[in-house]
Amino acid sequence: MALFRAENIKVKGIIEINKLEIPAQQIVCIVGKSGSGKSTFLRLLNHLDSPDEGTIFYQGENMQKMNPIELRRSITMVPQTPVIFSGSVEDNLKIGQKLSGIDVVNELKLKETLEKVFLHKSLDAPAEDLSGGEKQRLALARAMLLQADVFLLDEPSSALDSDTAAKVIDMFIEFIKTQNKSLIMITHDLELARRVADVTIEMDQYSKTSLNS
Amino acid sequence: MSEPSSIDLTFWQLLFAYVFIVILWIIVRVKGIPRQKLIVISTVRMTVQLVLVGYLLMIVFENPHPAITLVIVLFMLGFAIYNVYKRATVAIHISVKKTIALAMVLGISVSMAYFLFVVLQLDPWYEPQLFIPIGGMIIGNAMTGITLGVNQLLIGMREQKEKVEAALMLGGTPKEASNSIINEAFDSALLPTINSMVGMGIVFLPGMMTGQIIAGASPVSAVKYQIAIMLGVAGTVSITVVIFLHLTYKAFFNHRAQLKFSDD
Repeated sequence: MALFRAENIKVKGIIEINKLEIPAQQIVCIVGKSGSGKSTFLRLLNHLDSPDEGTIFYQGENMQKMNPIELRRSITMVPQTPVIFSGSVEDNLKIGQKLSGIDVVNELKLKETLEKVFLHKSLDAPAEDLSGGEKQRLALARAMLLQADVFLLDEPSSALDSDTAAKVIDMFIEFIKTQNKSLIMITHDLELARRVADVTIEMDQYSKTSLNS
Repeated sequence: MSEPSSIDLTFWQLLFAYVFIVILWIIVRVKGIPRQKLIVISTVRMTVQLVLVGYLLMIVFENPHPAITLVIVLFMLGFAIYNVYKRATVAIHISVKKTIALAMVLGISVSMAYFLFVVLQLDPWYEPQLFIPIGGMIIGNAMTGITLGVNQLLIGMREQKEKVEAALMLGGTPKEASNSIINEAFDSALLPTINSMVGMGIVFLPGMMTGQIIAGASPVSAVKYQIAIMLGVAGTVSITVVIFLHLTYKAFFNHRAQLKFSDD
């Protein structure tokens, strides 16, 4: 069964998808011009928005009929601009687990997760003081601590230098594969898509924006 | 205590007080600040409104009737609700207008009933001499508080849209996602009341207490009333604002727990 199945999706003036299936437990890259509706599509999968027309099925079930909170606990999303909450690095790691209603892991596990994203900061460092790239890695670490099945990442390495970007992405893909999770990632880096993707979705073919018409 | 002769101003004494406005008018004219007309209009309006209210209250006090007391308080409440709509710095959607009205009606009725019937123990319950002015103070303060709360909530939801959505992405409920904004709005609504409690008696003597003292009441009895009023005001502002915030944050989310603004 497909992880996601989109049927006759229309989001006014942005995207139109007749039929699209996304398989489970794969690395899926979404590529396309800016303004082609990549982020709009990812928001539909996270159920932050509903399409104007059509249906999206998650594991065979109509998303519109599922509990939206449970749905987002299963399908989490990291936006392109990382959102940092007030407080320390530790507070920011823990808030995700609290919001998704799971037990908070111990300090050791928190530190390990920071190491995985190559963020060498102490847990009590104020999160607001981190640089853009550090915030992006903190947001990734926060997502990794959740018990989600699907990870939606919107340009997860846009604020990272190319070396760190490659290391972080490879680590994240490794995490997805060993845990038997699914990853759907927007990237403008075609080289990266070619290297890591099991499936690539070209958004331009579904785009209805004036840029593409 | 017998009435001191100073409490009732003569016509001429009152007229002398208008000298302040004449001075203000001259200053504004000389400096070329285009506010002469406004000064005249607001002075005339204040005078006419207060004189009318004075006579109206005199008639009401001399002929106490439950229906008249209630109509006056309801009129004040309606006017206060209208004022909140008018003083909002951002456009208010109709659904938010409804929750403002509901919160003010509920919060003010509950706390006013408690204050007038349990704390002050009015007898008869519609005693206009206490019911109307105290009702006015409670409604007025709730109005100020809720205006601040409305502005902070509406602005907070827009400015922190990304934060609210990030909390949703992490699996939070709409309530959890808007919690920090709700708390900030509550804080900004209640802060003026809390601040005025701190400064009370040192920085200024509150109007009602001053009025009672001028009218010949003992300062100690005036103080007791003032303390009770301040507690009543703090309680009313909190109850009204809490009801408002908990009804209103929901208006920003649809039934799919998606953040939506009415103009989207």
